[in-house]
Amino acid sequence: MGELVAEKRLRYILSIEKKKDSFESVVMEHLRMNGAYWGLTTLDLLGKLDTVDVDEVVSWIISCHHHDGGFAGNVGHDPHILYTLSAVQVLALFNKLHLIDADKVTNYIVSLQNEDGSFSGDIWGEVDTRFSYIAICCLSILRRLDRINVENAVKYIISCKNMDGGFGCTPGGESHAGQIFCCVGALAITGSLDLVDKDLLGWWLCERQVKSGGLNGRPEKLPDVCYSWWVLSSLIMIDRVHWISKG
Amino acid sequence: MAGKIEDESNDRVPLRLRPEWSDVTPIPQNNGPNPVVPINYSEEFSEVMDYFRAVYFANELSSRALSLTAEAISLNAGNYTVWHFRRSLLESLKVDLHVEREFVERVASGNSKNYQIWHHRRWVAEKLGLEARNSELEFTKKILSIDAKHYHAWSHRQWVLQTLGGWEDELNYCSELLAEDIFNNSAWNQRYFVITRSPFLGGIKAMRESEVLYTIEAIISYPENESSWRYLRGLYKDEATLYVNDTQVSSVCLKILRTKSNYLFVLSTLLDLICLGYQPNEDFRDAIEALRTSDNEEQDSDIARTICSILEQVDPIRVNYWVWRKSRLPQAA
Repeated sequence: MGELVAEKRLRYILSIEKKKDSFESVVMEHLRMNGAYWGLTTLDLLGKLDTVDVDEVVSWIISCHHHDGGFAGNVGHDPHILYTLSAVQVLALFNKLHLIDADKVTNYIVSLQNEDGSFSGDIWGEVDTRFSYIAICCLSILRRLDRINVENAVKYIISCKNMDGGFGCTPGGESHAGQIFCCVGALAITGSLDLVDKDLLGWWLCERQVKSGGLNGRPEKLPDVCYSWWVLSSLIMIDRVHWISKG
Repeated sequence: MAGKIEDESNDRVPLRLRPEWSDVTPIPQNNGPNPVVPINYSEEFSEVMDYFRAVYFANELSSRALSLTAEAISLNAGNYTVWHFRRSLLESLKVDLHVEREFVERVASGNSKNYQIWHHRRWVAEKLGLEARNSELEFTKKILSIDAKHYHAWSHRQWVLQTLGGWEDELNYCSELLAEDIFNNSAWNQRYFVITRSPFLGGIKAMRESEVLYTIEAIISYPENESSWRYLRGLYKDEATLYVNDTQVSSVCLKILRTKSNYLFVLSTLLDLICLGYQPNEDFRDAIEALRTSDNEEQDSDIARTICSILEQVDPIRVNYWVWRKSRLPQAA
């Protein structure tokens, strides 16, 4: 990627942070923790993480930490599993995990696991396989995966496997590339990929590539660049990415 | 991204000028100095959120706080903390949830791809219980009439069926949607959901015969429809032998092969069948032979290998996959 393009991308990412009262900024205000993750990891990929004031970011993240161990999307917001993962990921990116009480964060996540092995997003109870991935990914970073009921977590994810080999948000939910990424990711981390029909799923994922070369998330839907991520990383995890046409 | 509901900015009285709010000190967002604000919209947003923070941190469970959450939601329906607080308010004030349902419907009209709205809708329906069933089915139907593949709507609909019931008409509903768009993968998925889980239909074994007929008709109309082929396979879920031996399956494959058009999924299905033990007869060999385009291609007595070769040609985007499939075939005797 050319220097000029990388520079432009860096400036865009940093500008979103600065323009605190722009429309984009205000409607994303509650999910700034996610934005921080995507923005900072992008900067890292561009080799420009040193342009960021680490102390400022870290102290802001800590200010989003709640007593129950969860992290909020921004200051003054309630904790949620989504932002807890992003917070932990960003702290890990900066090697600052030692600044938080990992057991407390773990307890928060453990408290969100339901009897059937699924995970809720927060105390209000929304269930989705996205949260299964988030819980497992987060605890894996904190090296405390054994604190949840991994067997039940896996069992629940597998109950969301469909006859096309894909996964949905809940049992019976339509296979969707984003949900597949989450389920396959969770199964990968827990060492349970043997439960995935890799050939069948791999083919389903390959069929997401349309004539233009782009990737969609479900049959007969339009391609979108975000699906390139969900589909390709899923294929990589099940070791079938060589099936995709790179051209 | 959350959209903003139409607001009458010109008629809006700022909170600081409303007498009912005069006793409240708004709490500004604590993240550094605020730059000069050139846009009227964000002044409104900042003010609403400053007052929201005041009631939120004071845990003020009042009706004015409830109204304020509605204002905040209209400015940013993605703000989950506002929704949380609204739920606490609804519980504490014992608000009529039928009214709340109408509120959600209005908000949803501009923001239907928003997780918070759907979760809130579900929370309200859960509280209302069985009596909410029809309105929830109607609501999702409305959303699906605009976007028949709306993921949240389908997810909510599945939850309604499993929690509150209403299965009786669901298969018909799927048929209606598929009549409008036979390529609607969500509708096929819902169909599978219904035949496998409806307490009224007897499960997949009981439904197989009629569903195979339905699906084959769909396949004949549009053989390029990925969903219908997957659905067909799904009808034989753990019973591969039945799938292999069902003459309806092999017949439809042969029929479409002979048309020499839209045969991609026929070929992949035939390949799967052969791998499961199906032995294609002379008719199949002839039909496949008729598809071979190039004389340079070496003739292969192994029909499965021939199928892979054809697929490599006609589905070049997935050439790597078809090459791999060929490599996995048992060596010809």
